[in-house]
Amino acid sequence: MSNPVPTSAVHRPRPGFVDRIGISVLLLAAGCVVLVLGGAVIYPGFLSPGYILQQLQIASFLGVIATGAMLVILLGEIDLSVPWTITGTAIVVTTLAGSNNPAIADLALPLGLATGAAIGFVNGLGVALFRVPAMVWTLAVNAMLLGAAVFYTGGFKPQGAVPWLATYAALGHTFGVPNAFLLWLIVGAMTLWLLHRTTYGTYLYAMGNSQRALFLAGARVRTITVCTFVLAGILSSLGAILLTGYTDQAYQGMGDPYLLPVIAAVVIGGTSILGGSGSYVGTFVGAVFITLLSSILAVMQMSDAARQIIFGATILAMLLAYRSSEKSAGT
Amino acid sequence: MNLLRRNRSLAITIAALLVLFAIFIAIHPRGFSVYVLTIWFNQGTLLGLAAIAQFFVVLVRGVDLSVGPIVALTNVAASYLLIGSPGGIALGIVAVLVLGAICGLANGVAVVYGRVPPIVTTLASGSIFSGLALLLRPTPGGGIDENLSDALTYDIYGVPASAILLIVVLLALTISLRFSLLGLTMYAIGSSEQSASMTGVRVGRVKLAAYGMSGIFSALTGLYVSMVTLTGDPAIGPAYTLNSIAAVVLGGVALTGGVGSPLGAVAGALILKTISSLMFFSGLPPLAQPFFEGLVLAVAISLGALGVFRIRNRLELFQ
Repeated sequence: MSNPVPTSAVHRPRPGFVDRIGISVLLLAAGCVVLVLGGAVIYPGFLSPGYILQQLQIASFLGVIATGAMLVILLGEIDLSVPWTITGTAIVVTTLAGSNNPAIADLALPLGLATGAAIGFVNGLGVALFRVPAMVWTLAVNAMLLGAAVFYTGGFKPQGAVPWLATYAALGHTFGVPNAFLLWLIVGAMTLWLLHRTTYGTYLYAMGNSQRALFLAGARVRTITVCTFVLAGILSSLGAILLTGYTDQAYQGMGDPYLLPVIAAVVIGGTSILGGSGSYVGTFVGAVFITLLSSILAVMQMSDAARQIIFGATILAMLLAYRSSEKSAGT
Repeated sequence: MNLLRRNRSLAITIAALLVLFAIFIAIHPRGFSVYVLTIWFNQGTLLGLAAIAQFFVVLVRGVDLSVGPIVALTNVAASYLLIGSPGGIALGIVAVLVLGAICGLANGVAVVYGRVPPIVTTLASGSIFSGLALLLRPTPGGGIDENLSDALTYDIYGVPASAILLIVVLLALTISLRFSLLGLTMYAIGSSEQSASMTGVRVGRVKLAAYGMSGIFSALTGLYVSMVTLTGDPAIGPAYTLNSIAAVVLGGVALTGGVGSPLGAVAGALILKTISSLMFFSGLPPLAQPFFEGLVLAVAISLGALGVFRIRNRLELFQ
């Protein structure tokens, strides 16, 4: 008959606002405000609700894909096959939707998501079973996907149609709010639930901190790894479907410009690239920040070269700022 | 025999390279000739130097995603500087190498003193470097002194100049890594940063040196690209980043640091190049070649990882 130990025996001061949210999210949110206000100086339309909603719509594509990338990064791994998972899914979806058989055309979206799941499964198998470093294995998978896409399409722009549902999800509005953004909110809510209310989420953070400890604790480390890569693949495919609807086509290399922004959104959101720590709110704000930054650079008609330099310098500066603020906080 | 046992994985890599090379010569329509050998070595040297650049960073537990962008930046810089009087060209070469070293050291400073993880640092700095390359030369162009190019890309009495270059670089690196304090401390840091620090190694400085060396070798790659292509092209970067990582892994350099040699890295690079040349002559439809290149890469990496099935206790997997 053991009495339950009173949990409130240890007095702990309530964490302050900054500690709970994290310095990175605050800095990022401030950065977003600065970007919007700075943009408004150059181009007054920046502050209109229509423009902001449009930015959120574009940020949704990045955000959904970054959600998957974040799960993998929390695990302590990385997924470099994102670019051709996107392109591959887009090709599968448009090809199937362009089929003359209506039954096949209806299956375009489910099979598109299944493509992502299959790619994620291959990624997970290599990392979990063969224990190949994720960076190299997903790179090889990316190369194979590129090869398969080139072989299938002959290097030309793939033919086909875009499913109406993809167009509706990417371009439609419900009560004035872009559907893509609503979809991102749903994905985000599910991710928050997964990370903080399920055993899987606890395992995910634990595994990023110490795989060895989690293995000794009896968790099924390999299953968790494979499941995470499959989830990331599905989310990349979902993002790809949105992109297909938004651009109304699939084309070679459409996923290539997404690798750097996706990883950047996750890490400037405060998720450790080494795994085990990070908040989804950070990734959310990170995706919005990256989208605003590239939008403003586009409005200012910067050359591609200047854009790349500013983009890289901003990310590096933010990461250095986080580190120095951590140091001064004594952690 | 003892030497062979100690370097078993390196021996396997080199054996695989020799077999692949034999197949390559066997199916090459022109057979074995100085010309074929020279082209093969030139291609191999391009990736081999990039693999050495990657090797230095991987050795101290990092990874450098900015190898390709530095190659592109130095290649573009070379296309402005390596033309004109011999004295000017010599100065130009020095300037390009210094540029590479500065890029590498900048990465090192962010990693060592800024404490930003290497993979993110080099991803962001790579964006900056390729932006700079694009700024310097938006479209491919410029020129390289042709006499210098000819001297470095043809053969000298039947021996490819690139082979001599590669062998000299490898000898110098192997000796200096094995017998100098700096080289040994790099291995020590890769094995255990904490132990190295406790032993009195100045971890920060040694890591900085490794990133600087990486930058210099990326610049050497950029210079050699200029010799082969005779132009400056800002878009050549991405392939070098990815292939240099694949090359060091194939060559038995552990991504967890502290294990591997420059010879292994170069052997890995030569294997990769031979595989893609094999694809070219294999009679496969050209459109199917990228897929098989990826497949062969995946299979080769998995073969290296087959050791996991010999492990009796799965706990050993999680170090």
